[in-house]
Amino acid sequence: MSDVIQQLSAFIRTSILKQPNRVIGPGEPLISSGVIDSFSLMDLALFVEDTFGVRIEDTELNAETFDNLTQLASLIESRK
Amino acid sequence: MTNFAERLKALHVRTAERVAVYLQFSGRDDLPLTYDQLLRGANACAQTLKRQGIQPGEVVVLILQHGEDLIYSFWGAVLQGAIPSIMPFLTEKLSPERYRAELSALISVTRPAAIVTYPEFETEVRAALRHGDSVRSVIVAQRVEPQTGIDFDALAGFARKPEDIVLLQHSSGTTGLQKGVALSHQSVFNQLDAYGRSLALDEGDVVVSWLPLYHDMGLIAGFLMPILSGVPLVLMSPFDWVRAPYRLMQSVSKYRGTLTWLPNFAYNFCAQKIRDRHIEGVDLSSWRAAINCSEPVRWESHQVFYERFKDYGLRLEALQTSYAMAENVFGVTQSQLGSVPVVDEIDREAFMSERVAKSPSEAGRPSIKMMSSGSPLENVKVKVIGEDGRELSERVIGEIAIQSDCMLTGYYNRPDLTGKAFYDGWYLTGDYGYICNGEVFVSGRKKDMIIVGGKNVYPQDLEALTYEVAGVHSGRSVAFGLFDEMQGTEDVVIIAEVDSEDPNEHQRIADTIRQHVTRNSAIVLRYVKVVGPKWILKTSSGKTARSANREKFLMELSKDGNE
Repeated sequence: MSDVIQQLSAFIRTSILKQPNRVIGPGEPLISSGVIDSFSLMDLALFVEDTFGVRIEDTELNAETFDNLTQLASLIESRK
Repeated sequence: MTNFAERLKALHVRTAERVAVYLQFSGRDDLPLTYDQLLRGANACAQTLKRQGIQPGEVVVLILQHGEDLIYSFWGAVLQGAIPSIMPFLTEKLSPERYRAELSALISVTRPAAIVTYPEFETEVRAALRHGDSVRSVIVAQRVEPQTGIDFDALAGFARKPEDIVLLQHSSGTTGLQKGVALSHQSVFNQLDAYGRSLALDEGDVVVSWLPLYHDMGLIAGFLMPILSGVPLVLMSPFDWVRAPYRLMQSVSKYRGTLTWLPNFAYNFCAQKIRDRHIEGVDLSSWRAAINCSEPVRWESHQVFYERFKDYGLRLEALQTSYAMAENVFGVTQSQLGSVPVVDEIDREAFMSERVAKSPSEAGRPSIKMMSSGSPLENVKVKVIGEDGRELSERVIGEIAIQSDCMLTGYYNRPDLTGKAFYDGWYLTGDYGYICNGEVFVSGRKKDMIIVGGKNVYPQDLEALTYEVAGVHSGRSVAFGLFDEMQGTEDVVIIAEVDSEDPNEHQRIADTIRQHVTRNSAIVLRYVKVVGPKWILKTSSGKTARSANREKFLMELSKDGNE
């Protein structure tokens, strides 16, 4: 698993889900499934910006832009 | 002025070309609607309803997204003399099956004659209909006919009497058995007059709101009051706001907004999530009042908000409070604009064990900062009563009861519930609080209701959802709220007991519960803990003791961090 995915996964498990031991599959739907709610989506965007220096606009915070770790990681890579 | 239609007509005569609503959209220009446009759009909807045979006094359910269709449909129903009721629409998070079941349940109680919705959602609405139910027509909002000139005299809404029901406001809840609060024209007018005076509302005001219109705070303060008072409204979608809270600040600055209503969590949310680059040059000095309402009000939340935005022109005295409920149309109390709400520092132990709010007897004793929700509106009487129904003295905590000339007509088609809500002519709010120097302090809730992000949810509804998950037995789950200082609202916790002791199995069930509850309720869980047999504490009568389980959960959380 890539470094980016691991960092994203750790943030989601610890800060959003409060279940550090949970396993998040790289293809597991996160937004459409409701695992990440809209309030936490904002936190995820801020984390991405602070950690990777990549901005995700508010209009992009939906399942069409990314719905799992793999998609989010490639979005980040493409903007680095 | 006897009814809404007459009020609208009067506004139209006086201010036809004045903007009533600036609709804001993410990624699109703002759309200003004048009173003339608003009435023409509403008239077109009224004509559609009429042609569909919708009679005055019949209920029309509106399931529409943020936009002009929602506004036209609401006022169109009013002009036709029908009773509009705005309901939330299905979001991608919620399970369609659950939504459909709740809509069917709502239809069976409320018995609407029509449902107005948008094209993408028509199939979903039709799927909720049952043979022989009350719905005679499903109207797709974008198919309303072109706007024509308005023949006011032909509109049935003008014949409505002051005591007739003008709208239904449904309480939020996870079950289909929501209560529809029925309000009369007169009640709403009485509320708007009294509440407007408490704010010294005038036509120089500008209301800025992102609140959903299916909730009383959004519907009354963030929609009806400005439009019926000739005060411009800047309205954005809650979905846009939650992804970009800075839009609120930008809008206040751009339109010189003077009044906004926010649930407590929003103060923390804005303070924490807004980046400097999004509010460069923003000027909040026009804000007369950002009013904290619909969740318990927290002094700490006002402080973080003020610290974050004081350099942008925000004045501390602009942070205000109110105590409100749909059953009273909206406002019960309002703090005094222009000065900071009263903060009462009380002894924590006396508050917890003696149910009295008194100053700490000596310095250094643990205390709580209670923030006042203000004093009752001029048309509302508030008292605090004990278990026996008798009025309690100042500073003694009991249930808040109210009386006013703007109370609900009743819970629609539920006379049984209406009867239970009153005691000796007083409406029992179900909230605990105390009165001091004429100021009302709200301290808690009689029932175990959880308030998260401005939404009310009963723990038993969440527990019932966990029983639908394989491996969890009925009666072996407990849900409660934990106040989260950072978020300024409650976190929802669910603990479920299963037969297995295997941690992997626990993890798997916890995931399923999280997903199931998220998909089938309006809320999101923060903590889900699956435990082995005999974890959950029961009372001697076998009932789940929520507060004892909350204590146990907190003990374990502090002991081993979280799992």
